[in-house]
Amino acid sequence: MATTATTGAARPLAALARRHRPPWLLATTSGLVVAFTLSPLGLVIAQAAQAGWGQVWPVIDRGFVATLLWNSLRLALVVTAFCAVIGTGAAWLTERTALPGRRAWAVALLVPIVLPDFVLAWTWSSVFPAVHGYLGAVLVMTLHLYPLVYLPMAGAFRAADPGQEEAARSLGLSKWQAWLRVSVRQARPTLLGGCLLVSLALLGYYGGFEDLRYQTFTTAIFGELQTQFAPAVASSLSLVLVAVSALVLFGEAAFRERGRSQRTGPGAQRAQRLLPLGKARGPALAGAGAVVLAALGFPVATLAYWMVAGGSAGLPAAVPLASAALYSALYSALGAAVATALALPVALLATRHPKRWSVALERSTFVAQAVPGVVVALALVYLASHYLSFAYQSPELLVAAYAAMFFPLGLVALRPSVARASVRLEEVGRSLGCGPLAVRLRVTLPLLAPGLAAAFCFVFLSAATELTATLLLVPTGVQTLATQFWAYAEQGASFGAAAPYGAIMVLMSAVPAYLLARWYDRGQARAALVGGAG
Amino acid sequence: MSAISCRGVSKSFGGAAVLDGLDLEVPEGAVVTVLGQSGSGKTTLLRLIAGFERPGQGTIEIAGEVVDSPRRYVPPERRRVGYVTQEGNLFPHLDVAKNVAFGMPRAQRSSARVQELLELVGLGDLGKRYPHQLSGGQQQRVALARALAHQPRVVLLDEPFSSLDAGLRAALRYDVARILRARRATTVLVTHDQEEALSVADLVGIISEGRIRQFATPESLYSQPVDLTVAQFLGEANIVAGTADGSTVETVLGRLELAGTSRPLKGPSRALVRPEQLSLLAAGNGQGPAGAPRGRVTHREFYGHDCALVVDLDGASQQVRVRCPGQPPVEVGETVAVVARGPVLAWPA
Repeated sequence: MATTATTGAARPLAALARRHRPPWLLATTSGLVVAFTLSPLGLVIAQAAQAGWGQVWPVIDRGFVATLLWNSLRLALVVTAFCAVIGTGAAWLTERTALPGRRAWAVALLVPIVLPDFVLAWTWSSVFPAVHGYLGAVLVMTLHLYPLVYLPMAGAFRAADPGQEEAARSLGLSKWQAWLRVSVRQARPTLLGGCLLVSLALLGYYGGFEDLRYQTFTTAIFGELQTQFAPAVASSLSLVLVAVSALVLFGEAAFRERGRSQRTGPGAQRAQRLLPLGKARGPALAGAGAVVLAALGFPVATLAYWMVAGGSAGLPAAVPLASAALYSALYSALGAAVATALALPVALLATRHPKRWSVALERSTFVAQAVPGVVVALALVYLASHYLSFAYQSPELLVAAYAAMFFPLGLVALRPSVARASVRLEEVGRSLGCGPLAVRLRVTLPLLAPGLAAAFCFVFLSAATELTATLLLVPTGVQTLATQFWAYAEQGASFGAAAPYGAIMVLMSAVPAYLLARWYDRGQARAALVGGAG
Repeated sequence: MSAISCRGVSKSFGGAAVLDGLDLEVPEGAVVTVLGQSGSGKTTLLRLIAGFERPGQGTIEIAGEVVDSPRRYVPPERRRVGYVTQEGNLFPHLDVAKNVAFGMPRAQRSSARVQELLELVGLGDLGKRYPHQLSGGQQQRVALARALAHQPRVVLLDEPFSSLDAGLRAALRYDVARILRARRATTVLVTHDQEEALSVADLVGIISEGRIRQFATPESLYSQPVDLTVAQFLGEANIVAGTADGSTVETVLGRLELAGTSRPLKGPSRALVRPEQLSLLAAGNGQGPAGAPRGRVTHREFYGHDCALVVDLDGASQQVRVRCPGQPPVEVGETVAVVARGPVLAWPA
């Protein structure tokens, strides 16, 4: 009886054979995605090559490049060191000690991540003109970037197994030695990963340094483009910038250890015991308070102050403000959607078919991290002006730039969910009577959803506060919050006009940041933080 | 009619044959265990029956229906197979009740049947919990309830207890066997744990080198293994060399009677002597029975209900393992006489 009932259910064999072939469609899609994310690099090289070595070499050779190198290097070293100390210290305080109100501190220390560099720099320099140059840049960039160390380190400390520290103590180490040699030692890849993000971000920023009158590669590239109209010189400088970023990226990879810090045994992990601070409570609170005040309280208060104080003279009409907000949201959302959609096949391929080539394919996209926004923008401008003139200053080009720039972020956010949505679960779903499509809808999609949302939020947040590429690629006649803020802020005098744009921009990026923070707090991505950053 | 029938099933991965012409007939309503070492193809066998993989050759039938053959393939969702893995593989985004209801028709998902199944596996009040809030044993119980929920024709269990600790494993094993028998669910359980394989099964298959080497009741497998490989799989075994003369075999443990199934056997052979077929007598200072081989106790393990001793036999590079009831009769280092009781199984060397 059963035999006849299911005869019609049997599938033609051709359809089955397909299941066991290599996933060509997925592999091809992923290959194209990776080619797309790496294309800006190729384009910049092509552009410099087109200009000819004869034109490129004098630019690199002259003392100017040496100055830029020195500026970038001394800034990167000092800011990264400060960020490592502040980020690690803050993470330790909020995760491992009985700091009063530590959950609230954990949020307050993380929130500055939504303040764009150029807004933070502007709030400081608009109130204290003395904040400029090298020292000003060190101050502002440290306040802006330490959350990139804090966030992954907090995850690492939270996930650390207290059993391992106990094992170390039973082997004769003191409490401090155990912490240093076990927990901090294990968090080292995470710390290095955070420092990498800080250095790469520093090399790519433009607006903040312009505010602070500190010259870096990015400001020099902008200068060549906008005042000298010398794209070949700009792309030569870009090549040097990419080379420096690539050195940082590969340097980190070389330092990173192969070993992974993971629990080995089965069973649940015991909760951490919080360390009482005792006499150190006052200084600890003061330190955390100072960081939050300088990185968050002061800039927010300044924005509010300029909105009120400059109100009558320069408060812009509501219409251009709303329009700028709309375009910011639209372009960022499109960029986030595209970046997330591009990351999915690459993550699926590397997770479900972990062959040497597929993992290498996925890894190669991280090279895109070393390509700063200004370089991506330059490459796309070059592409549009030489080959796709119809696309020049089109919204599509800006969205493509966001997608290419922030693709690695999307990939990192998506990975843990893709790993969770395992083939095994799909198989169980099928044995329970669900067809392939039903299993995708009822098992795979719900499991991927948090990762897709996180990837979207990360990219949206980054794109909404992006200035460098946006300035170069924004369609004619359109202003986003970032570009309009910048237009007003650059005029110097109209603080009151700029402030509302900055405020809306911060609010707009606070929404996805809040969602992300809640998501992380639920612990879904704890593994992602520990593993992904390492 | 067999509930599951595998005939000449072969499967290889990247050129390495995992299953090589395997045959297996699982009777309706039986609990069958398949015992094999890791890498012997146990899991592959279950995945082929469930339809997650396709065999290179051979035919698989479920309840008389061909589900896989060179000309026909029924996808997993139309096989009505319950599948429980070592990790349970509960859906992490669904609570326990929704996990159990996953395979049910939409109309039944909120019905009392879910609760009934949860109570069957002893988790009646945990329906609202999420998988990560459950212990390993509870997760496996939910996985079993989920597998039973869609009225499977056969239930496949892939090392379902191996990630649990020993006490929990025994308790869950007992419960699962009881539940499956009460429902008369045809079950195939694969494991590398011989105690597990012997204790719950009606029939045990020994899988090795891609085939079922022997398929029989646990009792006859233990007492009548077809070859030494199977014998060593099940229970502890002393293998001793000897010379057979048809009805007895002469070994370092003396002349032992051959079991009926081993007769007639002549010439050089290898005999299987179970540790419980040996007993020890103190033999210091020339005591003990004459003619029995002597040796020195080198190791002992006490289990409460019985004990095991390892004896190095004098003059032979042979070590034997001996099981004695109760307290160990001798200490490590003492000289003992080893007395063997036949009949024993033997195969040509």
